[in-house]
Amino acid sequence: MRLIVPLRGVIQGRGGLFVGSLIPCCLFYFLQLYLKRRRPPPSDPTELPRTFSRTNLFSRGNSIGRVRVSSRAVPVAKPSDSPYYIGLERVKTDPYDRITNTDGIIQLGLAESTLCFDLLQRWMSENLMESMMQSDDGEFDISSIAMYKPFEGLLELRVAFADFMSRIMGGNVSFDPSNMVITAGGTPAIEVLAFCLADHGNAFLIPTPYYPGFDRDIKFRTGVELIPVHCRSSDNFTVTVSALEQALNQARKRGSKVSGILFSNPSNPVGNILSRETLCDILRFAQEKNIHVISDEIFAGSVYGDKEFVSMAEIAGSGEFDKTRVHIIYGLSKDLSIPGFRAGVIYSFHEDVVNAAKKLMRFSSVPVLVQRILISLLSDVRFIEGYMAAHRQRIRDKHIRFVEGLKQLGIPCAESGGGLYCWVDMSSLLTSYSEKGELELFEKLLTVAKINATPGTACYCIEPGWFRCCFTALADEDIPVIMERIRQLAESFRS
Amino acid sequence: MTRTEPNRSRSSNSDSEKNSGNGGGGRTTAMRVIVPLQGVVQGRGGLFLGSVIPCAFFYFLQFYLKRNRKNDESDNSGEQNSSASSSSSPNSGLPDPTRSQSAGHLTELTGLPRSLSRILLSPRNSGGAVSVSGRVNCVLKGGDSSPYYVGQKRVEEDPYDELGNPDGVIQLGLSQNIKLSFDDWVLENPKEAISDGLSISGIASYEPSDGLLELKMAVAGFMSEATKNSVSFDPSQLVLTSGASSAIEILSFCLADSGNAFLVPTPCSPGYDRDVKWRTGVDIIHVPCRSADNFNMSMVVLDRAFYQAKKRGVRIRGIIISNPSNPMGSLLSRENLYALLDFARERNIHIISNEIFAGSVHGEEGEFVSMAEIVDTEENIDRERVHIVYDLSKDLSFPGLRSAAIYSFNESVLSASRKLTTLSPVSSPTQHLLISAISNPKNVQRLVKTNRQRLQSIYMELVKGLKELGIECTKSNGGFYCWADMRGLISSYSEKGEIELWNKLLNIGKINVIPGSCCHCIEPGWFRICFSNLSEKDVPVVMNRIRKVCQTCKSQN
Repeated sequence: MRLIVPLRGVIQGRGGLFVGSLIPCCLFYFLQLYLKRRRPPPSDPTELPRTFSRTNLFSRGNSIGRVRVSSRAVPVAKPSDSPYYIGLERVKTDPYDRITNTDGIIQLGLAESTLCFDLLQRWMSENLMESMMQSDDGEFDISSIAMYKPFEGLLELRVAFADFMSRIMGGNVSFDPSNMVITAGGTPAIEVLAFCLADHGNAFLIPTPYYPGFDRDIKFRTGVELIPVHCRSSDNFTVTVSALEQALNQARKRGSKVSGILFSNPSNPVGNILSRETLCDILRFAQEKNIHVISDEIFAGSVYGDKEFVSMAEIAGSGEFDKTRVHIIYGLSKDLSIPGFRAGVIYSFHEDVVNAAKKLMRFSSVPVLVQRILISLLSDVRFIEGYMAAHRQRIRDKHIRFVEGLKQLGIPCAESGGGLYCWVDMSSLLTSYSEKGELELFEKLLTVAKINATPGTACYCIEPGWFRCCFTALADEDIPVIMERIRQLAESFRS
Repeated sequence: MTRTEPNRSRSSNSDSEKNSGNGGGGRTTAMRVIVPLQGVVQGRGGLFLGSVIPCAFFYFLQFYLKRNRKNDESDNSGEQNSSASSSSSPNSGLPDPTRSQSAGHLTELTGLPRSLSRILLSPRNSGGAVSVSGRVNCVLKGGDSSPYYVGQKRVEEDPYDELGNPDGVIQLGLSQNIKLSFDDWVLENPKEAISDGLSISGIASYEPSDGLLELKMAVAGFMSEATKNSVSFDPSQLVLTSGASSAIEILSFCLADSGNAFLVPTPCSPGYDRDVKWRTGVDIIHVPCRSADNFNMSMVVLDRAFYQAKKRGVRIRGIIISNPSNPMGSLLSRENLYALLDFARERNIHIISNEIFAGSVHGEEGEFVSMAEIVDTEENIDRERVHIVYDLSKDLSFPGLRSAAIYSFNESVLSASRKLTTLSPVSSPTQHLLISAISNPKNVQRLVKTNRQRLQSIYMELVKGLKELGIECTKSNGGFYCWADMRGLISSYSEKGEIELWNKLLNIGKINVIPGSCCHCIEPGWFRICFSNLSEKDVPVVMNRIRKVCQTCKSQN
């Protein structure tokens, strides 16, 4: 079938059957001529059975050649060329330290928070041992943490998780533990969902700029493509239905099947919060096109602005829409600042997805030891309430400081209300208003100013000059250092 | 792409594109088409016939297509009209005139009508229930009705407890090793072990998902100890994953493309069906071993399987072996391993050596030889094809920890796996717990030794008991299983008979064992009994229950 298609024009045109047959005929002639010339002189015809000659035709080299890895592993094995990962690697070689390495690179590329370490530390020192060793009858029972347990997570943990999620999302929405699968972090959650919702070669629409890690999480193994839906600074990088529609139509014209929309809310890297109307629009659009909606709400508890955060679960639960197409990803790495625990969750209204995800958790389940700690951590309501309030307040303070510092340098930020980062407009520092200019600035920031900020290119932003800066791992006294470094860099450009 | 572009460039591009398109298409098919014609080319007919015959084929094929095309087109345009009227999207339909005039050219240049019609042909009604991906269906259906799952479920519902539930189902199916050396280490120093590890920095920051260097060193040391220090492992070649399942999945992904296959000698671990096939799309070709050979694999059979697969057009990328084997518990000899390496070298394929029971070798005779030792002295070119899976939670009797390791000599595999571990990471608390548990060599030695002794004593006990009932087991030297021959008890020598007996064992005897069919054993009547779960006082209970089943079987016969 594939061969025929390019010849269709010929057949339909004047040439018709004759030319359509003559062309392959000629090609075959030349091919065989070529093969005949290249064929090594047959050494001994009796020793050359047909099966053997066939192996020779395949370019398998001689049998003692190097063994190859699969072709899909090759791009994975290659070092990444995304500035996001380049920056992270560079920081590892020379990390900044206030006392010992004041000339090191300051990390603004990794969304982690150290703001509430003191609270966590206190809780851990008080409750850690009890939380791990608890058993049903209150006695110490090691087998409660050693045995195989259901892959999708202990029921107690799912109940605690549901309660915690509804608490941080403002209490307007309740989560059903039976729709929930506990995963080893947000990353496997996204991969499992991609596997369940789309086949190899299908695509998700994704509003840009988006989190650079999605490329790995989704494309590496599932073979699902990401089709960017470009958002602009004039809309404060909020996705519109018309842009979605356009991207979907273009994708369909190209022949790729779109299985869903993936977005993060609060968005990463911009940090804006999608309004109730936008969420309704997206879901309505998805319903019209019969595709899935994946809402990554991993920063739901790190909302610091005035704008209210609305979970997709709330919209889906309103009864107005068909909710089986809605899937939510959540994790504790950002909001509770415990990335080391690798705890995340898939919340889906689709029964098949929940069941499949449960089974797939054999590949990335959370150890029972960790589950036990999480159960007591999440059920300690007093701690959680206090922690979340402090977490929000401290991000807010840090955000104000950081944005204020940039403002004094004449560098504006996009309006944001959530997340551990801000989206900085450094277009005034660009030497040329292009991707190249942006990458040059990134390189300068990294080598001269010694700051690792993620450039917009890594997030597939179409407007050059934007950078994501994560500020929650900084101490207050680091901020003037950063500002000073940026100021010097800016001055060096001017002179 | 706008619609004017193709029009503009149509005439200039059509010729060159046609040729290149044909060239590409022709070459790939040629590879396949030529082969049957080779005789012709090499013989008298030579170039002329070799070209004329495909030419004729093409003529007829196109003739056929041309005849059938008419209907196609009317179908298409019909669908297109209807879709336009329902108007899901304004741009979806190209104006019909353009299409009919130059459909051929457009197909080549933009691919528009072709792709469009393909979408329209596929039944997509908007507004219906949203569907999940096609590939997830095999996961959803995946073996829920297989005895393996049914048995596990029964145990979950009604687990045996000496005091609380003496009539419950005894778990002899799941390979966990709780009763054994577990208390030895965790109870002695659990508090320090865990609280040392759980410093705030470990929990609250991103640590490498493929394992801390400290842990890798400890694991390398532990693996050396488990292999009796015959080989030293290099920590830089280790990648830690959350459990052996994900280790095998990652290796399958890295070594084989979707549609390729691995050779697996059977009986094998029931888990491969899920670990290898589910997400990676890699196939398994079973290579049956027989009781007559003591379930040892033979190179002749491997060779035959390899060529049969090749003939069917399936590309074999590697072979997966378990050593000590699961479920038989036998050890592969040095000669066997060398033969296997030769086989892999000759066919240029990979070897995945599943050594998850390396630290659980309990037999006195047989010596466990790791594949790492075999290739230690080989050249790089051979080492690159060897990948070892090692399970920490098995040997440490701590399955809830879910941590395993890939040990590979192949740089590409290592760097790909390192990145893939973010998708199945080992959590920091686990890593730190492991570090404090196994970094002390004295601890490790004691642990491995007690583990071995206990496995040995319980194994002896069980085999003796079974023998008294007239049930023979194959000689096992490692692992948590015995492979019991219950052919005498099955009513008909078939898989059906085996499942019947398994049902009786579960319902009458109230023990959950794994029937050979789950392990893809081709001979019916073999069962895998996992003994690591038992304590010595449980053995008589199990024996009584099997005796009961034996009696019902005999009375029926």
